Amino acid sequence: MSAQNTKPDHLVLLVATRKGAWLYHGDAARQSWRVDGPHFLGHIINHLVLDPRDGRTLLAAAKTGHLGPTIFRSTDLGQSWQEAAKPPAFGPAVNGLAARSVDHTFWLAPGHAAEPGVWYAGTSPQGLFRSTDGGMNWAPFSCINDDPQYRQWFGTVQDGTPDGPKLHSIIVDPHDAQHLYFAMSGGGVHESRDGGQSFVPLVDGMDVVEGFDPTDISFHDPHCVRLCPSNPDRLYQQNHCGIYRLDRPGSIWVRIGRNLPTEVGDIGFPLVLHPRDDRTAWVFPMDGTEVWPRTSPGGHPAVYATRDGGSSWQRHDAGLPASQAWWTVKRQAMTADRQDSVGLYFGTTSGELWHSLDEGRQWSCLARHLPEIYAVETAYPG
Amino acid sequence: MRVLIPSALHSYTGRPWVDATGATVAALFDDLERQFPGIRFRMVDEQGQVRRHIRLFYQHAMLFDLATPLAADGELLIVQALSGG
Repeated sequence: MSAQNTKPDHLVLLVATRKGAWLYHGDAARQSWRVDGPHFLGHIINHLVLDPRDGRTLLAAAKTGHLGPTIFRSTDLGQSWQEAAKPPAFGPAVNGLAARSVDHTFWLAPGHAAEPGVWYAGTSPQGLFRSTDGGMNWAPFSCINDDPQYRQWFGTVQDGTPDGPKLHSIIVDPHDAQHLYFAMSGGGVHESRDGGQSFVPLVDGMDVVEGFDPTDISFHDPHCVRLCPSNPDRLYQQNHCGIYRLDRPGSIWVRIGRNLPTEVGDIGFPLVLHPRDDRTAWVFPMDGTEVWPRTSPGGHPAVYATRDGGSSWQRHDAGLPASQAWWTVKRQAMTADRQDSVGLYFGTTSGELWHSLDEGRQWSCLARHLPEIYAVETAYPG
Repeated sequence: MRVLIPSALHSYTGRPWVDATGATVAALFDDLERQFPGIRFRMVDEQGQVRRHIRLFYQHAMLFDLATPLAADGELLIVQALSGG
C-alpha cells in the first residue's frame, strides 16, 4: 500500500516479541539505529503496525501469559498508549455452533487508502474483525466467524499451529477496497469481491501434506500470502507445502519453490516482496523434514531470492552464521523497506535482528539478546 | 467490598486494593469495569468465562461461577495463577 503522509528518510523498524515491543529508528543512510524500548515489557506482542495512510497511528496486538487479549493504540510513536475501548471479541453462540473466545489477535492490517480509519484484524482461533475508527472499537467482520462451513474449515485447536490456529495475511487490493484476501493456518486462502460480505476459497494448485485430501479446505495451510505492491494482480505464497505464485485473474496457484536445492527445500514461514519489482521475492527456508524441527536447514541460515518470478533462486548467506545457528524466522518477522536499494530485515526466534542494505546479498546483525521475535515491520512516520 | 487486584492489572487500577460493589461476582466485575475501563475483558472472556490463569478467592474458597453471591462486607481476592513464562 502506498503511503501518503510519511517522510521517506525516517525509517522505523517495529519489532514485536514474546516479551514486549521495540522501535529502532534509523538514520537516512540506515547505518545507525536508535533503540526505543521496551514497550509493554512482559506482554506478548504479536504484531505492531503503523498506519501508512496517516503515518502516525500505531497499533499493537497484545496479551500476557495471564490476561486476555487487547489492542493498544498510539499516535505519538509509542510515547503514550491508549487501550482499545472494545478489542476484538467473538459474539454469542449462533447457528447452533459452539461459542468461541479470542485467545490473541495475531495479524493487523490497515484498510484501503480510500477508507481512512479502517483496520482489519485476524485472530487465534480464526476470526476476522474490523475497526472503522482507527483501532479503538472492533467488531466481528463478515459472515465467516459463525458460518457452519467456515467453522468446519477452521478445524480444531489441535489442527492449528503450536501457538494456536490463526487467521493471517489479510490483504486489501489497492485498486479495489471491496477486493479482500485472507489466509488461515489451517484453513486455506480465501477471497472476497464484495467487501467481505462473502468469501470463497482460493486453493486450487496448492499441495497438502501427503495422505490428506486436497479437496478439503481445512487441510490447506498457507503460512504467508503477499500481494505485490507494484502489481496487485500478482500474489506470492509461502505454504506448509511449498512456495507458490498466482497471477490474476487466474485462480490456480503455481508451485515455484521446486528449484530450491533439495537439501534446503521450499518450506518456511515468511515471504517478502520487492516494493517495485513483481518478479523479485525473498524467503527464509526452514527445516520441515521428519519431525519439523523449525530451524534453519543444517544450522546454516540463508535467505533465498528469486528475480524472475520463481523460475530460479539464489542463496544469500553472506554475513549470516556459517554453522550451528539453530534459529528460524516467523511469518511476520521478515520485511522490506522501500529505499532505492531495498533494505531487508528479519528477526529470529532467538532474539536477533538482522538487516541487509543491498537486497539480501550482505547481512549484518542489528541487535542481539531480544526475546523471541514474532514480527518485524518497517514504517515511515509522518 | 475490598477487592485485591493482581499486579498484572495495576496498570488499570494504580493500586492493589480497590473498593467495588455488586451482589454477585458478575455485578462486582461490572462495577470494576465501570471504574477501570478495559479491566473486565482481561479477566473474563466474551463468553463470560473466567480466563484460564485468573483465580478468584472469596471467604477462603476458590470460586469459578460468576453468579456466586457476595456479601457487602467481604473481600474478593483476584490472583494470577502460578503459570505463564
